[in-house]
Amino acid sequence: MTDTSPQIASAQLGTSAPGTQSGEPPRFDWNAPEMRRGFAARHRANTRLQIYGLSAIALAVLLIAILVGSLVATGYQSFVQTHVTFEVFVDPAKVDAADPAKGNFRLIVRDSFAAQFPDVTNPRDLRSLTDVMTADAPFIVRDRVVADPSLIGQRVEVTMPVSDAFDQLQKGVTPRDVPETQRKVNDKQIAWFDTLAERGQITVPFNTALFLSADSRFPELAGLAGAIVGSFYALLVCFLISFPVGIAAAVYLEEFARKGRWSDILEVNINNLAAVPSVVFGLLGLAVFLGFFGLPRSTPLVGGMVLALMTLPTIIIATRSALKAVPPSIREAALGVGASKHQVVLHHVLPLAMPGILTGTIIGMAQALGETAPLLLIGMNAFITSPPGGILESATALPTQIFIWADSPERGFVSRTSAAILVLIGFLIAMNLVAVILRKRFERRW
Amino acid sequence: MPNATQTASAGQMPDAGGQPNVPEASAGAAARPAVAARVKIHARDVNVHYGEKHALKHVDLDVNEHEVTALIGPSGCGKSTFLRCMNRMNDVIDNCQVTGSITLDGTDVYDPSLDVVQLRARVGMVFQKPNPFPKSIYENVAYGPRIHGIARGKSELDEIVHRSLTRAGLLKEVNDRLNEPGTGLSGGQQQRLCIARAIAVNPEVILMDEPCSALDPIATAKIEELIDELRENYTIVIVTHSMQQAARVSQRTAFFHLGDLVEVGDTEQIFTNPKDSRTQGYITGRFG
Repeated sequence: MTDTSPQIASAQLGTSAPGTQSGEPPRFDWNAPEMRRGFAARHRANTRLQIYGLSAIALAVLLIAILVGSLVATGYQSFVQTHVTFEVFVDPAKVDAADPAKGNFRLIVRDSFAAQFPDVTNPRDLRSLTDVMTADAPFIVRDRVVADPSLIGQRVEVTMPVSDAFDQLQKGVTPRDVPETQRKVNDKQIAWFDTLAERGQITVPFNTALFLSADSRFPELAGLAGAIVGSFYALLVCFLISFPVGIAAAVYLEEFARKGRWSDILEVNINNLAAVPSVVFGLLGLAVFLGFFGLPRSTPLVGGMVLALMTLPTIIIATRSALKAVPPSIREAALGVGASKHQVVLHHVLPLAMPGILTGTIIGMAQALGETAPLLLIGMNAFITSPPGGILESATALPTQIFIWADSPERGFVSRTSAAILVLIGFLIAMNLVAVILRKRFERRW
Repeated sequence: MPNATQTASAGQMPDAGGQPNVPEASAGAAARPAVAARVKIHARDVNVHYGEKHALKHVDLDVNEHEVTALIGPSGCGKSTFLRCMNRMNDVIDNCQVTGSITLDGTDVYDPSLDVVQLRARVGMVFQKPNPFPKSIYENVAYGPRIHGIARGKSELDEIVHRSLTRAGLLKEVNDRLNEPGTGLSGGQQQRLCIARAIAVNPEVILMDEPCSALDPIATAKIEELIDELRENYTIVIVTHSMQQAARVSQRTAFFHLGDLVEVGDTEQIFTNPKDSRTQGYITGRFG
């Protein structure tokens, strides 16, 4: 061995001669021009491949940045809402203390608001002055009085949203410098609004209604509470069905079923199910759950069942791969001390696979949360103005709420659609983060 | 030793069946004058097929009580397969078929009415790679007694765990960290933990599948010492690739080659005076 090392050294210096000993294989001249060219080409190919990869990632990041950027640019305005504050005189002549709900609040609110501008008397001007407030103003006051009848006969300071047109004006979406005929708000209204702003009666606080109110015809009042609760119930139903069923199916297929033609066919079919377009599941839900079983339409129960059908393949596939990742030595160890098959699975394999199963489940749930088409088909895109009280009440879900708002013509819904998308993306990121944390936290090495 | 010079092969044991002591009685006293060893496991005409592959061919083998029987042979010769037949660990392999008869104290191991769970409690196993559960040291040892309901109450379980760890020679090293994960121990300690886990259910037979192949020489020496001590209370069958190990720890040795049991006999005789040329070739290192 020792006498070969100088030869290797000389070969690297480019002065190698063919082996002198008879049995020695011929040596390569690593410094020959064609060799150098070969190396250079390989390095170039290496660099090229890296550049392809980098540019692909850069493109993806750019597209995501554009998406999120445009959503934030249009959506941020919906996270604040213009409000007007004024004193309301709950005139005892217009509302009966015995039955406050029946009072003429329209008149109460109009008179109180008109009191801000005593010089406005002409009925048409009065009407256009009232338009500054949200159309729901009488109901907002009514609800407060019904909740607290002692307010009758008193002067109450009320803060309520301004109507969408003035909200857009305040946010600068509606330009002031176009001719009056091309605006939704006339010059007089702008003057009143500016006066209110000068008096400090106009405020732009955080839009809590976006999260606490359900849908409404008026953008200034519309919120996501109904959709969030609806999505929660639907996902709850989806989880309660798909998690146990998916795990049971995966455990049977992986731990008990004999591997053979049938299990192969089953596996191919499950993988195919994961690729079936969601609208097909929606049609299935429409035909079977609504049509055949006659379950109530538009409800989170049916929505959750349809989503469960979609999520099942994902959970089964994730669970099977998590079970496969548990080393056979653990199964042998348990079998070796006399554990029965179910004890092996329940005591050892499932707990070890659980982080992987949960990760897969959360990813499946995140998919289900963003799924729109099947919910449209079973009617979860209804116009519902209060959050559902249970899985059997009509409801919308986040993605269908986005669908409804995107379809609405009012200016305020444009930014609310973006805001709703941001909220949905926020939920998705949160769920995926949980999945990543779970995986990192419980990652085990053998 | 009755079968000292027996060269087992197909057809030489026409009396295959559930009569463990018959072959003993015939030739017994001459070879081993002291105690006529009782046959614990009695295997006759055992064949194993993995699908099309005939992995084990007509194996006849007796395992004596309170002895260490070593199974040696080149890789793929079927010794591990045979070992796993004795506690039916081959059941979990889908296309594995076992024929012939293996009896444990006269009970047919492959009787369909036999409870595999009970069999595996009686015939414990230690694997090639230390495979403690990813649980605490205590839980590792306590698992067997717990699932079989052997211990009544916590104190009894504690006692079993301590006794098993003591017998496995591990208690002194881990006494102050019984609640730490078993996977945190060194390789040799893990393997002794696995032995402790196996003896916690008080098996009659312990099968060891190359228990030292993943260990360093010092850990190996400890395990070998332990095997020698365990022989007093248990019957041990060990598969090993190390002929020195077979020579050191076993009383009887069986040599497998290409699915055949070539030769079985007293360890001393196998290593000094093998009857078969293949055995000779293997133990002198000419092939394998």
